[in-house]
Amino acid sequence: MTTRTIKVGALARVEGEGALKVTIRDGKVKHAELNIFEPPRFFEGFLQGRAFTEAPDITARICGICPVAYQMSAVHAMEAAIGATITPEIRALRRLLYCGEWIESHGLHVYMLHAPDFLGYPGAIELANDEPEIVKRGLAMKKAGNAIVAMVGGREIHPVNIKVGGFYKAPSKKALNGLVEKLKQGRDIALDTVRWVAGFDFPDVERDYEFVSLSHPDEYPFNEGRIISNRGLDIDATAYPDHFEEFHMPQSTALHSRIKERGFYFCGPMARYSLNFSKLPDIAKDVAKEVGLGTVCKNPYQSIIVRSIELVFAFDEALRIIDGYQPPDPPSVPIAARAGVGHAATEAPRGMLYHRYQLAEDGAIEHATIIPPTSQNQATIEEDLTTFIPQWLNMNDDDLRWRCEQTVRNYDPCISCATHFLKLDIDRD
Amino acid sequence: MTEPRKLIIGVGNPDRGDDGAGFAVAARLRECLDHRDDVRVMQHWGESTGLVDAMTGWGNVLIVDAARSGAIPGSCRTFDVGETGLPSDLADMSSHGFGIPQAIELARALGTLPAHCRVYAIEGATFNPGAPLSDVVQAAVEDVAREIMQSLESVDA
Repeated sequence: MTTRTIKVGALARVEGEGALKVTIRDGKVKHAELNIFEPPRFFEGFLQGRAFTEAPDITARICGICPVAYQMSAVHAMEAAIGATITPEIRALRRLLYCGEWIESHGLHVYMLHAPDFLGYPGAIELANDEPEIVKRGLAMKKAGNAIVAMVGGREIHPVNIKVGGFYKAPSKKALNGLVEKLKQGRDIALDTVRWVAGFDFPDVERDYEFVSLSHPDEYPFNEGRIISNRGLDIDATAYPDHFEEFHMPQSTALHSRIKERGFYFCGPMARYSLNFSKLPDIAKDVAKEVGLGTVCKNPYQSIIVRSIELVFAFDEALRIIDGYQPPDPPSVPIAARAGVGHAATEAPRGMLYHRYQLAEDGAIEHATIIPPTSQNQATIEEDLTTFIPQWLNMNDDDLRWRCEQTVRNYDPCISCATHFLKLDIDRD
Repeated sequence: MTEPRKLIIGVGNPDRGDDGAGFAVAARLRECLDHRDDVRVMQHWGESTGLVDAMTGWGNVLIVDAARSGAIPGSCRTFDVGETGLPSDLADMSSHGFGIPQAIELARALGTLPAHCRVYAIEGATFNPGAPLSDVVQAAVEDVAREIMQSLESVDA
């Protein structure tokens, strides 16, 4: 048996720190493993003994890219635990806040992290050297997302205006109207982005994934809905522990996740899109049709198109919400501590984010479980590598390394959420 | 003669020990520069695209951040990056791989890097969560704030 080894010191353009090892023997991919070596961050432990009202501010610190997702799952789970019901106005404002985070996160990933893969640039700076106006489009979208999060959340990163029961203060209609022009421009840029990325060269591959996402009867999912899959899963978040399990793999400090009955699954933009296409607004459906993307997407490299379509959705949804906005008055509903268990799943930019809290009579957190999308997707990323790499074994080491990194970046992995990322080690004949 | 507008950005995380050095310098300067309308002081978490945006349109920017380069804790190095980038030992100040050096180079590529851009890198001693500034960095904060104040006065003169 002969061995060929490729090593990469650090795989860039992912959020966090970790490594990838691919072992190739006799022309076959024997093993692919995502090594997440970020030390465990113990957030679930930090939460024990803290008041239920502290969860949105503590969990926001898990991630600088998607703090809103943590806050949203936390507040919904807490409200379920204490039996609080928010008003439609609060619900709408939470959706608007989530739009801002999706725009920030997707804009960053599409332009700064993922597009360079398809255009042959080592990174966004090199892309910006040649195509500054294109990169400025991405930054303009991200800035618009920042503006939403800053206005609704109180600041751009780690928002401070979110509480169990609602918000500390609701923005005025006039203040939100001030965002409209910027958001309309952002929606136009998002449409151009879909057309731009759809012209990239994509590897001709597909996998028959089990897609898992939230699904709401009337809306493209953010904060609310049942957890469904394309293989018959249809459950409330309260049943999550009955159907999903986490387990430890030696190569990762982040737990892996699987559906008990069937195995690994895929969460994130492609799952949301494929399970909820009919809920997208016409403007997003139309541009998908225009660029030839079907109602289901199984090619993970085309996730950049899906993210761009979700950008169109997020801008459009933000404009819709602002158009009908009535400031919640009061900005939060009354809350009171009680013993209970609360579950919630919401759709972070990278996929479904599940929280479960068990509260004591005084509202102290007795137990917390937080399952972020990147840890849920770890095994599926490894399966993608095992499945796709064999057809590219004739590539030279540099090109194969690039393709492997791109394959990981399809998922926009947030390693700091899943615990951080990435060095690459390919070991082959 | 009209001086270019000057922006001073203190970068960091005040909840991570000496990573709060940039914020502390900015806070100190705010106290001293409250009366100046030609100088703006801001605090920034260091997210690079946000930094690019913050610098856009300014002709003269000072950035103050903590560093962990192996230099003597409490020492401060300054770099004029209008023409050349930061040295390699400061290239990975962010654990997320996208921090001030990348913000500077991205702004340069986009043509939005201020003509005058200086980085003050204060070497930290401890970056533990929740820790206060170390004594040596607290002293460096005062020194850097004083140096920046003097540089502003010399420009005024």
